[in-house]
Amino acid sequence: MSYIAKPSVAHKRLEKNAHGLTVRDYEGSLSTLCAGCGHDSITAAIIQAFWRLNIEPHRVVKLSGIGCSSKTPTYFLREAHGFNSVHGRMPSVATGAAAANRELVYIGISGDGDSLSIGLGQLCHAIRRNVNLTYVLENNGVYGLTKGQFSASADVGTKAKRGQVNRQQPIDPAMLALTLGATFVARSFSGDKAQLVPILEAALRHRGFALVDVISPCVTFNDHQGSTKSYMYTREHYHEVVEADLVPLRTPIETKQGEGEARQVRLHDGSLVTLRSVEPGYDPTDRDAAYLHLRKLAKAGEVATGLLYLEEGESDMHEMSNTSDTALVNVPFEELCPGQDALQKLMNEFR
Amino acid sequence: MQPTDTRDPDYYHRVVDCQWACPAHTNVPEYIRLIAQGKYTESYMLNRQSNVFPGILGRTCDRPCEPACRRGRVEEKPVAICRLKRVAADLKGEVDHLLPTAPEEKNGKRVALIGAGPASLTVANDLLPLGYDVTIFEALPKPGGLMRTNIPSFRLPAEVLDTEIDYVLRMGAKVHYDHRIESLKALLDEGGFDAVFVGTGAPKGKELDLPGRQEASANVHIGIEWLEAVHFGHVEKIGEKVLVIGVGNTAMDCCRSSIRLGGTSVKVMARKDRRYFKASPWELEDAEEEQVEIIENHSPAEFVLKDGKLVGMRFEIVEWHEDDKGRLRSKTVGDTVIDCDDVILAIGQDNAFPWVERDIGIEFDEWGLMKVDKTTFMTDRPGVFVGGDAAWGPENIIWAVAHGQQAAISIHKYCQGKSLTDRAPNALELTSSKMGLHEWSYANSYNPKPRSKMTHVDLAARLKEFSLEVELGFDPDQTALEVRRCLNCDIQTDFSSSKCIECDACIDICPTSCLTMTPVAEESKLRLALTVPATNLDQPLFVSDALPQTKRVMVKDEDVCVHCGLCAERCPTAAWDMAKMDLKIPHAK
Ligand SMILES: Cc1cc2nc3c(=O)[nH]c(=O)nc-3n(C[C@H](O)[C@H](O)[C@H](O)COP(=O)(O)OP(=O)(O)OC[C@H]3O[C@@H](n4cnc5c(N)ncnc54)[C@H](O)[C@@H]3O)c2cc1C
Ligand SMILES: Cc1ncc(C[n+]2csc(CCOP(=O)(O)OP(=O)(O)O)c2C)c(N)n1
Ligand code: SF4
Ligand code: SF4
Ligand code: SF4
Ligand SMILES: [Mg+2]
Repeated sequence: MSYIAKPSVAHKRLEKNAHGLTVRDYEGSLSTLCAGCGHDSITAAIIQAFWRLNIEPHRVVKLSGIGCSSKTPTYFLREAHGFNSVHGRMPSVATGAAAANRELVYIGISGDGDSLSIGLGQLCHAIRRNVNLTYVLENNGVYGLTKGQFSASADVGTKAKRGQVNRQQPIDPAMLALTLGATFVARSFSGDKAQLVPILEAALRHRGFALVDVISPCVTFNDHQGSTKSYMYTREHYHEVVEADLVPLRTPIETKQGEGEARQVRLHDGSLVTLRSVEPGYDPTDRDAAYLHLRKLAKAGEVATGLLYLEEGESDMHEMSNTSDTALVNVPFEELCPGQDALQKLMNEFR
Repeated sequence: MQPTDTRDPDYYHRVVDCQWACPAHTNVPEYIRLIAQGKYTESYMLNRQSNVFPGILGRTCDRPCEPACRRGRVEEKPVAICRLKRVAADLKGEVDHLLPTAPEEKNGKRVALIGAGPASLTVANDLLPLGYDVTIFEALPKPGGLMRTNIPSFRLPAEVLDTEIDYVLRMGAKVHYDHRIESLKALLDEGGFDAVFVGTGAPKGKELDLPGRQEASANVHIGIEWLEAVHFGHVEKIGEKVLVIGVGNTAMDCCRSSIRLGGTSVKVMARKDRRYFKASPWELEDAEEEQVEIIENHSPAEFVLKDGKLVGMRFEIVEWHEDDKGRLRSKTVGDTVIDCDDVILAIGQDNAFPWVERDIGIEFDEWGLMKVDKTTFMTDRPGVFVGGDAAWGPENIIWAVAHGQQAAISIHKYCQGKSLTDRAPNALELTSSKMGLHEWSYANSYNPKPRSKMTHVDLAARLKEFSLEVELGFDPDQTALEVRRCLNCDIQTDFSSSKCIECDACIDICPTSCLTMTPVAEESKLRLALTVPATNLDQPLFVSDALPQTKRVMVKDEDVCVHCGLCAERCPTAAWDMAKMDLKIPHAK
């Protein structure tokens, strides 16, 4: 944390997006996390993704639970709507908010503790419902805020800062999401914005639940030797399987040159995602194959990254639950609250 | 691109744009911080170390530092560096005990300085403390050169001039006033000096040979001579309608003096348009504030006389355009006569050395200037040195000071029989400014306030009293605000690549997008690969050694870093430090 505010002065030649805004306009207040925390770098990636997608900050809802990671919505999009829920309960608040107003863009920020321990059930059900939400899981293998206890994502054999070794099996959020039928599953690393930003962009444009598991080293409690979630370890075991690139609607498509097989998936809003398999034979649109491949890499101690699985066109929560097309705030009061008689009529139907 | 060698003193020196641009390399950020702490005396003395005349320069300096100031790139206007220098000079306490003194015991060497302008005075300032016997010959009855005779007292009060010149002369210089040197040969042959310094300036105002010039001579004045005559009280008034020809800084002093000596319609006649004016913008502003009219695109053609008396001047009206080679060309589009009582010519100065014999081993160039070595300031005749306006034509006070300092180093070496070209390089010292977790030894928060404006005395009062100083100086509130506009560019962002864990924290926090981690490339490619492309080629890039984890490099575009220290504050491993630079610039010693 810093005592001075980040100066408002910016580079005069900072690029502007379609709304005439610079990335600086997508910032929030200054982070109070430890200097060097991976979470801050993810915050910066989120800022870039929203800026590049030309999403106006006030059209965004940012939600979180409890944890260092869950503090971060304060640090981006100061003009967005925000909700800091209780520990592990962000998914249900997000579900409710999305049901009430489908016109806004939803992003939930959580940690491995918040998502995989106390909030595991909530996470699973949000995936099942296919809530139209970008779910960023800032994964550092510990409960950072409560001083570094192992979380449920800690690998077997990883060492705590005081030397204890974890013996319990980890929960891999990406594999969990695949088994639960998630339609967008990605993993990235806070130290690789070149990969993370396009993934976040695709996730924000995806209709339905998008899980983005981001390895995010805790510099204070989990960046030492022997940790499997440190900057060094992650870089050494980094294994990119699929490279993703989002081509927004109405932008002429120029296929980037690169290694591997390319697939294109058209998203609901018309934009195109190019998925290039860096790993030969990997098919990011085949759920079962993806699952098997991830298991294989996990066993080998590799961190598989990239947009691992994408399926567009599945029903999302709005379709399945037949929610209101119009945001409830825009429904005239008489319609939203039709009065005692209407209620009585409805009640009678259940008699 | 190769990794930057930040231990080369020039790299960090260049980051301090003002200090780099100042001919005498005044430590501007440090003197501003001293003012901020109320240490005016210390600030004054720090200034004096580099520029010898802080009180004079705080009012009159050409201030090459200000256009260079980083703040001007970050927003619009530079820090009012010069104005702050005056604050230090005006508010300083007792300095007598801090000034340099000459030793009782002399070193036995005698040096003659010709002229008592800022160049010679600087040489005296640097040589007297070393035990030299210094003799100054000055043609006029008082010291100061053009600072005294040409810069009008409403810009530079005599007391300020007298005080600061006395700080030098009191060390025991022997000054012969009203003593013009008519023959350098005689001085060299008969003076018995070990070295001679020529600081005689560029004393000849340029002529304008147009029809009618001779006939009108009673009312046509050469700018610098006229200003000198005003200074000595030989001229006390001028006609009502005055035309000043030329639009340099001399013209500004001529027109503003005319307004005070009876001119009611004073016009500055410029051949070109405003874009090409030589006068500093603030001098133009000050003149216009005093109701001087500045007329563009009028090229003088003829002095118009009636009954043998000057009544006006004919001008060709011209338009300017650039030809296909980019050279400026004019086209005459009309003709006009403007009435006047007097004309002042302010179209430049020339050097004149009728008193320097051509057969004494000093080479001259095609413009009649002595050939002077750019580093040593020595002529082809060993032991004869030149500096200030006398060396390469008219410049300004701060250049005269810088020349004087270098010449003093050379003279000292020469008198000791040492090599003149073997000069000590600048030395760099870096000290961390870290005081605690989030605390630095300097105020690192950014003050977004705009530049303070100088207040001036009332217009009517100025016209009544010639010597009334126009600028009032900054008041305490303005000072407090202005000092915090300085970006502390001497507190350097010092990087140790071996400590970096590539967490991105510094890059994400930097308010002005200076930092990027990227694969190394040649400079032209690297400049375009940055967070914001580094298109200001005048500003250097810092490139680190390969980073430990990914072998990329950390690149910093120095252009608009505001030295807020946030990169260092957010760095978990202290790979960035905010290190205070102390640059030791050698003087004669
Ligand atoms: C009107 C005007 C306004 C100016 N305003 C500014 C300003 O605001 N700021 C700024 O920085 N600069 C200004 N300048 C320029 C500045 O004054 C000069 O660049 C500076 O004074 C040069 O210093 P110097 O020591 O080389 O020579 P000078 O100041 O010219 O001093 C030379 C001295 O040598 C003496 N001398 C000459 N020949 C002989 C001889 N043969 N024997 C003995 N003595 C001799 C002269 O009498 C004079 O005193 C101005 C110049 C003019 C003309
Ligand atoms: C109901 C409840 N139980 C326990 C806590 C204590 N607590 C605060 S944060 C946290 C874990 C956060 O871990 P994670 O989500 O991984 O966030 P990180 O700090 O690592 O980013 C816990 C257990 C709490 N705040 N509320
Ligand atoms: S404790 Fe860990 S997770 Fe929390 S802010 Fe510090 S580095 Fe980040
Ligand atoms: S001091 Fe650091 S953070 Fe501040 S502007 Fe300079 S490079 Fe950026
Ligand atoms: S904050 Fe420090 S460790 Fe992190 S990238 Fe910057 S210099 Fe490296
Ligand atoms: Mg955690």
